[in-house]
Amino acid sequence: MSLRALLEARLLPVILVVAIVIVLPLFFPSAYYYRIGALVFIFALAVVGLNLLMGFAGQVSLGHAGFLGIGAYSVAIGPVQFGAPSWLCLFVGAILSGAVAFAVGRPILKLKGHYLAVATLGFGLLVAIVLTNEAGWTGGPDGMNVPPLMLFGWRVHGSDVWYWLAGATFVGGFMLALNLMESPTGRALQAIHDSEIAARVLGIDVARKKVTIFIISAMYASVAGSFLALFNGLITPDVAGFLGSIELVAMVVLGGMGSIFGSLVGAAVLVVLPQVLTVFHEYEQALLGLIVMVFMIFLRQGIVPSIAAVLNGWRK
Amino acid sequence: MAELLQFAFSGLTVGAIYALVALGFTLIYNASDIINFAQGEFVMLGGMTTVFMALAGVPLPLAALIALIVTTGIGLALHRLAIEPARGASPVVLIMITIGASVFLRGVAQIVFDKRFHSLPPLLGADPIQIGGASVLPQSFVVLVGAGVIVVLLWLFVERTLLGKAVIATAANRLAARLIGVDTRRIVDFSFAVSAAIGAIAGILITPITLTSYDMGTLLALKGFAAAMLGGIGSPLGAVVGGLLIGMIEAMSAGYISSSYKDAVAFLIILIVLVAMPQGLFGRIKVERV
Repeated sequence: MSLRALLEARLLPVILVVAIVIVLPLFFPSAYYYRIGALVFIFALAVVGLNLLMGFAGQVSLGHAGFLGIGAYSVAIGPVQFGAPSWLCLFVGAILSGAVAFAVGRPILKLKGHYLAVATLGFGLLVAIVLTNEAGWTGGPDGMNVPPLMLFGWRVHGSDVWYWLAGATFVGGFMLALNLMESPTGRALQAIHDSEIAARVLGIDVARKKVTIFIISAMYASVAGSFLALFNGLITPDVAGFLGSIELVAMVVLGGMGSIFGSLVGAAVLVVLPQVLTVFHEYEQALLGLIVMVFMIFLRQGIVPSIAAVLNGWRK
Repeated sequence: MAELLQFAFSGLTVGAIYALVALGFTLIYNASDIINFAQGEFVMLGGMTTVFMALAGVPLPLAALIALIVTTGIGLALHRLAIEPARGASPVVLIMITIGASVFLRGVAQIVFDKRFHSLPPLLGADPIQIGGASVLPQSFVVLVGAGVIVVLLWLFVERTLLGKAVIATAANRLAARLIGVDTRRIVDFSFAVSAAIGAIAGILITPITLTSYDMGTLLALKGFAAAMLGGIGSPLGAVVGGLLIGMIEAMSAGYISSSYKDAVAFLIILIVLVAMPQGLFGRIKVERV
């Protein structure tokens, strides 16, 4: 089997990701590493969703952290205010995010061009404003504690347990995204991405497909947000902030727009980098902006597709 | 009544700034079809540079001039270094370049300047003037007059000069403009520079009233964009009217409904315009004029 055939084989990325999840802990010297690993998989889940929107539907959301925030606060407010179980709140949050995405996306995605970017930018800011102002529900700017996740009477805690849970969920989300791309909707989206006019001529309802993928990507972000909140045990409105949205966009761009596997790489780089570079925090905004700009100008494909292209070049 | 007047004055003042931001959007959009998400950062840079020059002991008028030149230079650099190399890229890519530039400029401002709020001394003193029971800061008039002067100058420039005609030609049809000998790349250069300069002036004018900080640009960009959409994207008249309207609606809802949700107004207006009238108030005009 040539390398190219391997790369194009449908199962290979899944095997690779499962192998990464299983093998990585062998090199973990402490619980801290499990924690970082869990964070990478949680963010990667949100990035896979956003990548579906950016890489396949050719739309950009500048407020995706808003959906992260909805998911996060669902598992915080639901159990605290209504006594609902966390896992149920996770699903409710995802459905809520999907409904919001539908309401925002439906009128906008019929139109061309830049409008989704602007509207989502406004949406993200709105979510952050609501979370900050409704202190009676959300604890305001200080945030709120999140009750731990209970599954079958068992309290989920510890970085290693969360590592496996987040890893398994990521693999699930990863496979779902791969399958989605091979489905009629996915193929329609790829057609839209290549030429919207041609897709329309073929009878594809362009606006509807875009709304569908926007809803799906919002639900990915929401589930990731719920995981983040349950894992950290504390949540603040910062999770939904503008910078959070830009971080997600930067992760997509870094790994490669349209590369589902790239989502994991992009998330890994931007989660691990601040841990390695202590100065990162101070320069975070400047670096994020620079990454997005430089990759969009010079390396539009992102890391993973570029490496794949180089490897393919060598084989020939 | 006095209350209403009070809200109307504050709405008009911030509205004038939104109008200038929207005008900056419009200039760049007409010349290049690019939505420049870094438009708000020009305003921030104008205000912050002036503040820090003044803090360093530079006399205020000179500080403002330096801020204007620095911001214009950054606007030009944005086009030359970030937009030009990606010429012909898809709209999503161009959006992300400008949003990257926006975040980059915020980050650099946070490092070069600081994360605090800053103010400037008002031009005509700080004692409010009483008008019909409402107290208005003299700086409000400076903002309104300043914005008015910019709009008139821009209009005269576009109507009366050859370069202005070239800008109209580029906006109307880029290929045709190039065929009759317009250097469209220069025109786009020019529109980035003028947009940045307008933003910088807006930032210098408004800082004594609303203060300035490194992260003020994002919300301003959103509101300026809402203004441009309400007025009809591509229409300079629409940008001005839209800006004043957004400022007024925002001030009224802050006064009568909830001040903590006043920033949500711009987002709601964007959604309403998109659903009800995507062409905006003056959207048709752009076919005939800049």
